[in-house]
Amino acid sequence: MNKLFQILIYGYGNPGRQDDGLGNELVKRLEKWTVNEGMAGIGFDSNYQLNIEDAEIISGKDLVIFADASVEDIDDFLITRVTGEKEVSFTTHAASPGYIVKLCHELFNKQPDVFLLHIKGYKWEFQEGLSNEAMINLEKALEYIKPILKDPVSWLNEQKIKQQSG
Amino acid sequence: MNKKITIEPVTRVEGHGKVTIHLDENNNVAQTRLHIVEFRGFERFVQGRPYWEAPVLVQRLCGICPVSHHLAAAKALDVIVGAGTGEGLTPTGDKMRRLMHYGQMFQSHSLHFFHLVSPDLLLGIDADPAIRNIIGVAIHHKDLAVQGVMMRKFGQEIIAATAGKKIHGTGAIPGGINKHLTVEERDSFLKGPDPLNIDKMVEWSIGALDFFKTYYKKNKDFIDNYAYFPSNHLSLVRKDGALDLYHGVLRAVDTDGKKILNDIDYQYYADYIEEEVKSWSYMKFPYIKELGPQKGWYRVGPLARLNTCDFIPTPLAQKEFEEFKSLTNGKPNNHCMHFHYARLIEILHSAEEIKKLLNDPDLLSGPLVTKGQKKNEGVGLVEAPRGTLFHHYRINEHDQITMANLIVSTTNNNEPMNRSVNEVAKSWMNGKTEITEPMMNAVEVAIRAYDPCLSCATHALGQMPLDISLYDKDNNLLDRKRT
Repeated sequence: MNKLFQILIYGYGNPGRQDDGLGNELVKRLEKWTVNEGMAGIGFDSNYQLNIEDAEIISGKDLVIFADASVEDIDDFLITRVTGEKEVSFTTHAASPGYIVKLCHELFNKQPDVFLLHIKGYKWEFQEGLSNEAMINLEKALEYIKPILKDPVSWLNEQKIKQQSG
Repeated sequence: MNKKITIEPVTRVEGHGKVTIHLDENNNVAQTRLHIVEFRGFERFVQGRPYWEAPVLVQRLCGICPVSHHLAAAKALDVIVGAGTGEGLTPTGDKMRRLMHYGQMFQSHSLHFFHLVSPDLLLGIDADPAIRNIIGVAIHHKDLAVQGVMMRKFGQEIIAATAGKKIHGTGAIPGGINKHLTVEERDSFLKGPDPLNIDKMVEWSIGALDFFKTYYKKNKDFIDNYAYFPSNHLSLVRKDGALDLYHGVLRAVDTDGKKILNDIDYQYYADYIEEEVKSWSYMKFPYIKELGPQKGWYRVGPLARLNTCDFIPTPLAQKEFEEFKSLTNGKPNNHCMHFHYARLIEILHSAEEIKKLLNDPDLLSGPLVTKGQKKNEGVGLVEAPRGTLFHHYRINEHDQITMANLIVSTTNNNEPMNRSVNEVAKSWMNGKTEITEPMMNAVEVAIRAYDPCLSCATHALGQMPLDISLYDKDNNLLDRKRT
């Protein structure tokens, strides 16, 4: 891997609210896996939600993968490219990935390749630990991400080709 | 025809809220209500759990200001483990917690002002919402937007260094703290590369205040009169009357400055504060018992704190405080939009406090924990960014929590936020039969001044649309807008 290629895996959510902690758990497990694999140079971060300072954090990266729990109508997980949102609305102090990308561009003049990993969650009560269904989705997402971390440049090129071919 | 206008959820505040505005037959505002769905299940959730888990457990309540809940719970448990209230901790325990707390105050206030409020001030409350946001600020005032980001980051790093980690921090424990600050951490905050050092934070705090004061001079009528109404004010103050955001006695003043709660020990708060239940709201309405619900409601938060305290114990903020007080001839300030002014003074005060603490050797060494005669009940209060936060616990002989009562800042501000909505609705909506985006934002500007936290502490993708509905007197839907 090119040593200059900077990767950040950033999971967010509240692990005290069951499946809302899917993104955080993904980061925890991936970080452990990279240590076991002897992989270096991959940054990991985790928080309750994204916020404005994350625009500065991603400004120094080449590839960023945000990971969040999702209530969307998806089977298990989904990865989508994040572009700066055209219409930026403030709904809470928490910010969307698109908002962070837009802010990064406007404030720091940087445009890293950013993706969002949506992992399907089901339960959101005041409780630690993921539901069994969410755990299965997490495992699938992990198996998808691991090869990307081993060869991020190739994967990124594939994504660009896919994007260009529509 | 009577009509009901619904704005749901309120944007640029934490979580979800809904505003209903009832018009009379002449299309004038007859009644307004701010509905906040408060999650009350948490108090039951902690029952049966070992008491020492509370400072970590309560952070599940809110991903927005977990530090405030963490510290309020730890303070209540200080009493239970016999470490007393505030003064009983070791110097290291007290100062590390204060550093964590002022870091939280600094980042939260900075985020609120730069991220949520500055778009209204710089671009106008009736500006196109497509540009009335931090991106719009970034395009037109890039330096200000960058400062907001870096100030928030600085505060977050203070929290991480004192609480141990960003999520579910464990720094504060019953009777003290579980770590010292390292020399490396201290030096990075004191002498870190520009702009991430405390001197730059103080400089930018002054700059933010100057920005607001310049704006105020040009827009005095708006800032002074928007959602103005008199009220009582309540907060902690240090025993000598100084502003103290971490610990003190409970003081309330009326609109003329007369003390209506005279520096009471907050362990006995329940003797003085009552919470009223109203059928239309999940959130209670606190008031001072002696005055009753009609006259005893109060405001909390930055404006209230500068109205209750006698002075600020840091020189730069004190100078600003004197100027602030001179605007109302030393009397309590009841101008809703001056919440922002007060918040900016607190940012400067927090930066000064952080600098003072970072230079204190007690952070680097010394005993961390105090214990004493155990009790079965304790109350902990802090001045959270949004106002006074109450945590109250009782335990049994098995060290399990048997009772928890929390009064959060936003609950304390329930009545005044409702009154603010009413004031603005009357100004903007009398004679109107449909809601426009500027009208909607006008209501939200008033609510936003309180920086309410309506967080449900979960945020999974796809859950937060802006939904506006218009109903007739029979609750038939006349119009609906969604962003």
